Amino acid sequence: MKFQQAKWDEALLFERSRAGAIGYSFPAVSKAVQQALPKPTSTLPKDLRRSTPPSLPELSEPEVMQHFVRLSQMNYCVDLGLYPLGSCTMKFNPPMNEEVIKNPQFSLLHPHQDCSTLQGILQIFYELQQWLSEITGMDDFSLQPAAGAQGELAGVLIIRAYHADHGNLESRREIIIPDSAHGTNPASAAMAGFDVVVVPSNEQGQVDLKALESAVSEKTAGLMLTNPNTLGLFEQKIEKIAEIVHKAGGLLYYDGANLNANLGRVRPGDMGFDIIHTNLHKTFATPHGGGGPGAGPVGVKASLAPYLPIPVIVFDGENYSLDIERPKSIGRTHGFLGNAAVLLKAYAYIMRMGWQGLHAVSDHAVLNANYIMKKIQGFQGFSVPYASGVWRKHEVVISAKQLEQDTGVNARDVSKALLDRGLHAPTFYFPSIVEEALMIEPTETFGKAELDRFIDAFREIVEQAYTNVDIVCKTPQNTAIDRLDEVKAAHPRTMALTWRMFQQSQK
Amino acid sequence: MTDFRHSFLPTVGEQETEILAALGIKSIDELFSDIPSKFQLKTRLKIPDSLSEIEVTRKIAEQLAQNWKSPKGEGFLGGGVWHHVIPETVKAIVNRTEFLTAYTPYQSEISQGMLQALFEYQSLIAELVELPVVNASMYDWASALGEAALMASRVTKRQKFLVPNLIAPNRRGVLNTYTNPAGMNIDSIGYDPVSGQLDLEQLKTLVDKDTAGVYFENPAYLGYLQSEVDAMAEITHDAGALLVVGIDPISLGIIRAPGNYGADIVIGEGQPLGSPINMGGPLLGIFASRDERKLIRQLPGRIIGLTTAQSSGQRGFVMTIQAREQHIRREKATSNICSNQALSAVTAAIYLALLGPSGLVQIGETILQLRHYAERQLNALEGVKAPIFKAPHFKEFVFQIKNPKHSNSAGLPIRTVLKSVQERGILAGIPLDQSFPDFGQSALVCVTEVHTQAAIDSLSKTLQQTMEGRQ
Repeated sequence: MKFQQAKWDEALLFERSRAGAIGYSFPAVSKAVQQALPKPTSTLPKDLRRSTPPSLPELSEPEVMQHFVRLSQMNYCVDLGLYPLGSCTMKFNPPMNEEVIKNPQFSLLHPHQDCSTLQGILQIFYELQQWLSEITGMDDFSLQPAAGAQGELAGVLIIRAYHADHGNLESRREIIIPDSAHGTNPASAAMAGFDVVVVPSNEQGQVDLKALESAVSEKTAGLMLTNPNTLGLFEQKIEKIAEIVHKAGGLLYYDGANLNANLGRVRPGDMGFDIIHTNLHKTFATPHGGGGPGAGPVGVKASLAPYLPIPVIVFDGENYSLDIERPKSIGRTHGFLGNAAVLLKAYAYIMRMGWQGLHAVSDHAVLNANYIMKKIQGFQGFSVPYASGVWRKHEVVISAKQLEQDTGVNARDVSKALLDRGLHAPTFYFPSIVEEALMIEPTETFGKAELDRFIDAFREIVEQAYTNVDIVCKTPQNTAIDRLDEVKAAHPRTMALTWRMFQQSQK
Repeated sequence: MTDFRHSFLPTVGEQETEILAALGIKSIDELFSDIPSKFQLKTRLKIPDSLSEIEVTRKIAEQLAQNWKSPKGEGFLGGGVWHHVIPETVKAIVNRTEFLTAYTPYQSEISQGMLQALFEYQSLIAELVELPVVNASMYDWASALGEAALMASRVTKRQKFLVPNLIAPNRRGVLNTYTNPAGMNIDSIGYDPVSGQLDLEQLKTLVDKDTAGVYFENPAYLGYLQSEVDAMAEITHDAGALLVVGIDPISLGIIRAPGNYGADIVIGEGQPLGSPINMGGPLLGIFASRDERKLIRQLPGRIIGLTTAQSSGQRGFVMTIQAREQHIRREKATSNICSNQALSAVTAAIYLALLGPSGLVQIGETILQLRHYAERQLNALEGVKAPIFKAPHFKEFVFQIKNPKHSNSAGLPIRTVLKSVQERGILAGIPLDQSFPDFGQSALVCVTEVHTQAAIDSLSKTLQQTMEGRQ
């Protein structure tokens, strides 16, 4: 397929600015209001008055529209095609959900309203808590965390609160994390005040039980794990893992980033996990918005419910209300209820899928990942490290190490060459236990034709790598811009993080 | 299961058979055969049956109709998330699928649109706050405060952080959640009961060589402005601490930029810049700092930088100084944040591009006038005092209910008053009797450009009727 992304030579808003242009105006206030305070800024104390307006650009409304529409044309999105970033679950985001949140009976709702005026939305969120509990095998949920990483932080803080409550926080200082874990896991553990102990994966790409056994001790606070793991492999010894950690007095935390593999098939709560966060912007189809907002509700087994972040939505049989009286709670993680609009979209998605649809989602997500593995593992230069012959779940990690050794074309080059063919690249160089890693998660959203387009692109890139390396190394050419100088961007002498900083450096 | 079809799922019939054949298996079940059988779910999830689109939208509309609906438009609730006008062009752009359904711009060459939009967001905020370094967003003001305290502690290697006594209880709650594990001490700065202004003499005694940062807000949670900002900066910097200032960006057309009076870190809530209230989320945490290496190295979150292309030399944008972040630095990262509020940041960028300097000045002045008018109308009512603080205000103020016959004692409970005003169609304010009992029977009222004179007159008239009806 031929592909050419738009290449607008689009100046910054600041460079397009023309003195006097306006892009919006507000109505004048009424006479009475005007007369009550004719010179409004004169009421401000001198040391708080802004002497000159901020140096914002001046543009008309059509110019602003043009500018951003041009920018949008230089941005790939999942509505254009496969976006196979591993552990990111880039699936179809139903337009229906965007309409649902536009309802003024949601968009104008204020979180400081009395609960008696919010019964409709509180019922929705209460049901969402229950549905997430059912899907994950947990007993209770708090919807508050604003993203997956904040859900993780909340989860590890629950571990902390649990040990503090049992008088063990002084001694239980360690969180155990496999070497294949998402980077947010150790970062969240550290933010919650714990030391991180890394356990290696074994030759099958799973948690090394012997290493785990020697890692646990009376210092263990808990284990953070995702299942299937970042290699897309189901941790088959999960029962034993849970037993080892629980026996040592630790809790089991489930990183929900990889939940799309499990819907209707297997539940973290049944496998022995005590705490979970879910990424609604992954498994539950809310759009990622170029980096957020997401939502990372955190769920627990009943015994840990007292520690959930407040507020939790409760139902007394007649009324829905916000429970903020949880003395053992880890407290608040967000100013209000979290990313409420994202929660409503996820609710609509679950309702639209139903139990049958959720089950089919995981079936097709896993089917697609294995199809890609099967096809690509036969290509020269590529291998699928760890657990050969074992089915992957929602994602597969392949290695371009041989290709790199044979031709000099590395995982980055392959990624850039994919961009040139109108496909997004996989996650690269992660997990770090695989050299020249390409981590591919196709999701259920794409059918065989789009998967074949991806596989064909791979085949073509491999052929080029072995016959004409230069072509691959010069990619991308068909995107809005060629490869960017990342060193320059991060170098203290050339660093420009805003237009203001750039201009100051030019002086 | 086999005959279940869904419009979101393209793999059906022959296609599925072909893939199964390529894998050499007969059914999808085989792909899950490595899961220990005791964990394989034997029963269906207790989730309702799949519904069609129209059934879902109808059902949710019915559920949302259970919420109370004002016959009189937006109410007067603020307190951290506020009603503001949203230009249609903001909505049109931000709902474009190219922005909406993209991931974090890991592959910069194919994601220049989002990268440039985020760089422009950073650049526009930099002009508002007059600080040259801005990140690509935090979750909300509250978590930005938590991250700012942690950053101040890392930069100064000190553990004490001072905050005003009168800050939003939920914001203070999040601050505690973020800073407790790090062992930081959060101390409160007292205030003058008449003006609400921070007690500078007390601040001088509180600031010491263990103080990482001093935080205050402009406007404060209860709506008034904090002056003597230069003195605050001096006291803070003399002790080697960082000055952290919280702002409402929509005020910065007319209010002095914190970067201009010595703020080292500026945080705030970007929701007013084009995002709906949406029951309190998504919000937009603003985070800016001075251009100094020891600060930049400690920043939390994603940052977009300007650079050039390697071969064409063309200008472009990338995510940068990522060595601070969790995917590289893991447990040594400055923060665990990964997904942020990128689309809300783009929303703010579009909003600010439309308003420009004159729009931002106009909205600031309009808000000042409308709030002043509301304050005056309410204060004219018998038994109502507004505002309770003798200080300039921006868009919010506190009014207090007193029994006119017994002017020294508390009159009607504020919640009773607010409830009966609500029964007449208006959400008049946030009751403060529980969160700030020192101020008696009082409420926080927010007035913005969405409110007309008629709406304000209706508020004061309804409040008057309520008070009279009860007396």
